Amino acid sequence: MAQATRKRPVAKTEDAAVSARIAAQSHFRILRLGTPFQPRLDALAKTQDWYNWAGYRAPHSLWDEELEYFAIRSQAALFDISPMTKYRIEGPDAEAFLDRVTLRDVTKLRPGRVHYTAWCDDEGFVLDDGTLFRLSPTRFRLCSQERHLPWLLDSAIGFDVVVKEETEAVAGLALQGPTSFAVLRDAGFAGVEKLKIFDLADFPHDGGTVTISRTGFTGDLGYELFVPSAKALSLWDRLMTAGELRGIRAIGYTALNRARLEAGLIVANGDFTTAEHAIRADRLRRPDEIGLGFMIDPEKAHFNGRRAILQARARRKLRHVLVGLEVEGNIPAEHAIVYHKKHQEVGLVSAAMWSPMAKRNIAIASLARPYGDTVVEDLWVEIYAMRELQYQKLMKRAKVVARPFIKLDRRIANPPADF
Amino acid sequence: MTSFDAIVIGAGHNGLVAAATLAKAGRKVLVLEAGSEVGGAARTEEFAPGFRASSIAHLLNRLHPDVVKTLELEKHGLQFARADFMPSVALSKDGPALMLHGAYGEVLTSASSSEQSAWKDLRAQLLRYAGILKPFLSRRPPDLAGMSLMETAGLGQTALALKKLGKEDMRDFLRVLLMNVADLLDEQLEDIRLKGLLAFDATLGSHLGPRSPTSLLGLYYRLAGETGGAAGAQVLPQGGMGAVVAAIRAAAEKAGVTIRTSVTAAKIIVEQGRAVGVALDTGEELRARTVVSAINPAITLLHLVGPREIDTGFVRKVRNIRMKGDAAKLHLALDRPPQFTGADAAAHKGRLVIAPSPDHVERAFNPCKYGEFSPEPVMEITLPSLADPSLAPDGACVLSAVVQYAPYALKEGWVAGKPKFLEAIMARLEAYAPGIGKSIVHAELLTPADIEARYRMPGGHWHHGELQADQMLISRPVSGWSGYDTPLEGLFLAGAGSHPGGGVSGAPGLNAARRIIAMRG
Repeated sequence: MAQATRKRPVAKTEDAAVSARIAAQSHFRILRLGTPFQPRLDALAKTQDWYNWAGYRAPHSLWDEELEYFAIRSQAALFDISPMTKYRIEGPDAEAFLDRVTLRDVTKLRPGRVHYTAWCDDEGFVLDDGTLFRLSPTRFRLCSQERHLPWLLDSAIGFDVVVKEETEAVAGLALQGPTSFAVLRDAGFAGVEKLKIFDLADFPHDGGTVTISRTGFTGDLGYELFVPSAKALSLWDRLMTAGELRGIRAIGYTALNRARLEAGLIVANGDFTTAEHAIRADRLRRPDEIGLGFMIDPEKAHFNGRRAILQARARRKLRHVLVGLEVEGNIPAEHAIVYHKKHQEVGLVSAAMWSPMAKRNIAIASLARPYGDTVVEDLWVEIYAMRELQYQKLMKRAKVVARPFIKLDRRIANPPADF
Repeated sequence: MTSFDAIVIGAGHNGLVAAATLAKAGRKVLVLEAGSEVGGAARTEEFAPGFRASSIAHLLNRLHPDVVKTLELEKHGLQFARADFMPSVALSKDGPALMLHGAYGEVLTSASSSEQSAWKDLRAQLLRYAGILKPFLSRRPPDLAGMSLMETAGLGQTALALKKLGKEDMRDFLRVLLMNVADLLDEQLEDIRLKGLLAFDATLGSHLGPRSPTSLLGLYYRLAGETGGAAGAQVLPQGGMGAVVAAIRAAAEKAGVTIRTSVTAAKIIVEQGRAVGVALDTGEELRARTVVSAINPAITLLHLVGPREIDTGFVRKVRNIRMKGDAAKLHLALDRPPQFTGADAAAHKGRLVIAPSPDHVERAFNPCKYGEFSPEPVMEITLPSLADPSLAPDGACVLSAVVQYAPYALKEGWVAGKPKFLEAIMARLEAYAPGIGKSIVHAELLTPADIEARYRMPGGHWHHGELQADQMLISRPVSGWSGYDTPLEGLFLAGAGSHPGGGVSGAPGLNAARRIIAMRG
């Protein structure tokens, strides 16, 4: 009895603690979160074609995939990149920390600049790729596909740096296409013409600031805008209003995915499997195996995976290679098996399309070396074309070609052209 | 300035063994020691005027025969005969002490005849099984990523040794390998004094109680050691443990090793992923082709090298090495030799163990899981001055004891806890040696916190990393890097934190040096 009386208050506090914990974890009640732009996207979503992007509800398309793609190439396309994982990295050692975590030399990244980079585990296998924004000498933003907070925090041991996830706090928009500069100028972002490719700067917006960078995932003239979530809708409206006569359109991922393929850009867990997701030992990839070898600088300070990467190079342990392919015909070779001499399997196509811009049938494929590396002749892809419930097997010749598949002068033209 | 082929950080016994072995292979070697004396935790130190004791390690039971041979330690005065073997004595408060004579109880006295024959069988079995594991001590753990022919052959020999046991014995070896010691003892023995002693020995120096899974491994580790060619034998070196280190030092210096004391390594200099030297806290920089760290692996990698020069995954592994010690060291200066109940004169020269039963050891362990010390601690006691009068003034006596369990992270903190723990220890001693309290001239208790500070052993852990199944062999100090080399070219680990582990064996130092020589480092 005495025991029971003593126990009761303890149980009470435990109950309170449990309910407080449950209350703090209501995330499961909404299985796919909306982004700060959701009210605008919902209003435009005629197809209701959603997919799950890192836990967020994101559109495959909003109204018409084809026309959304052409909005990128001939008008201005607005794409919500808020679900992209974003980390704020700040402190006196932020540069040294990022230089250790990521492949490229961060000491060469000036404040106000952005670079594309990747990071690896101890074995030199790629954990992810992403973009690194240097907002000030001591402040960075790292954007990526997957989440990495535990890795980044453990990497911060011994560095005077603060790493914070800011995916929810910061909303992002990609404004891409030939009229994108004109839209920004017309929206009143004075000085935006000064941004060269991979530059970034802060601009006033709605009593706060928006960070605009001349970056993107389309190979076209374009910008990315980052704004505190509370100012997201006013930014959207500002761009939409300014862009009305310049053909601005909201788009979904399908259109963007085509543009990025033409630009020869790869997608983590689309074109390669990230190290923390790979279950099978032979799915792990070193930077040299997915076309990111250019990022490796043996002369810079130590970085994660350095020993393993250099050793793999020295011992010729690089087993794969990622290549661009041009396939004969016009049937997209999506997920087709690649053959040497029509019979030996040597790889797989991870992304493919008929490119309206290049007027070529293009693909990105991962091949087992030496195929795609020293042996590039006599490669074929086997396309299964579904024709009224029957596969028509097509064996098409594939040629290894350089990426990007298209190069648009307007992407890097200075000052940016006014279309 | 003289240039060196190799710089060894830390002049503990492993550092000295590594240095001497490298020097004998023709390397010019410099040893850096932060303390004013060499020897690390294996020194003989004065703790009260006229009273000297072995600092942490007080018994020699596993100095590896390859170390003795390689360094020709017998020529440097280190020789042990059968007559030097010390008995182990399981003390009893109210009856005769049980004694294991010779090399770990070749003869058992003061036990029933059925217990004597049961012990004979169990001892033979334990030594047989420890013998299977023994060859691993003097080898690099197998490298799973790329095994050399030699390594494969070595593993093959182990398989052969297993096979030689015969079917039944082999099955039993595998059955008991990861067992807890208490259950095994209950299967085969009756006498709780004997079981208490074995339970104590199995768990000494680890964060395990006799009923913790895998606690039997500790006993195998002990029995894989040998002295004077006899497995399990233990001796008290004349002059204390410092004499052993002095012999190793003499061998090192004869081989041409330069030793600098009172110099603190502040940093291992790394250039392009390669260790190229050592920077001292004075700013002085010393360069060498090979840097050997015979100090704690976590300090080496996280502080001297620093996280910036190594990969994140490796930092994680190193930070996760468990190394919170549970053993305290007690030194008593006594004005006369104590008299332990039920022990004769020969027993007093032995290793006296207060661990009356496995349950008692288990109960002593229980509070330490929760950050509290044992209210009734268990301990092993030596009275080194009885055999070596030079250690104490005439007629006086030195008592040296290793006491468990004293958790490094004591909840109330050791400032408050230390006097209370000393009181608990003294209460036990008084119960077994009535009147001992009145003979104390001076008492020095080293808690794990003191051991950490004084001997630069993080967590006060003499193994420099808990010696349990998950931190042994290919997982010592961390998985993937168990072969004495590190992710940094030119940097090697040679201390107790590496395979096989702690105790005055010299095996990590010897194995590391052999690895360096094999790699032409």
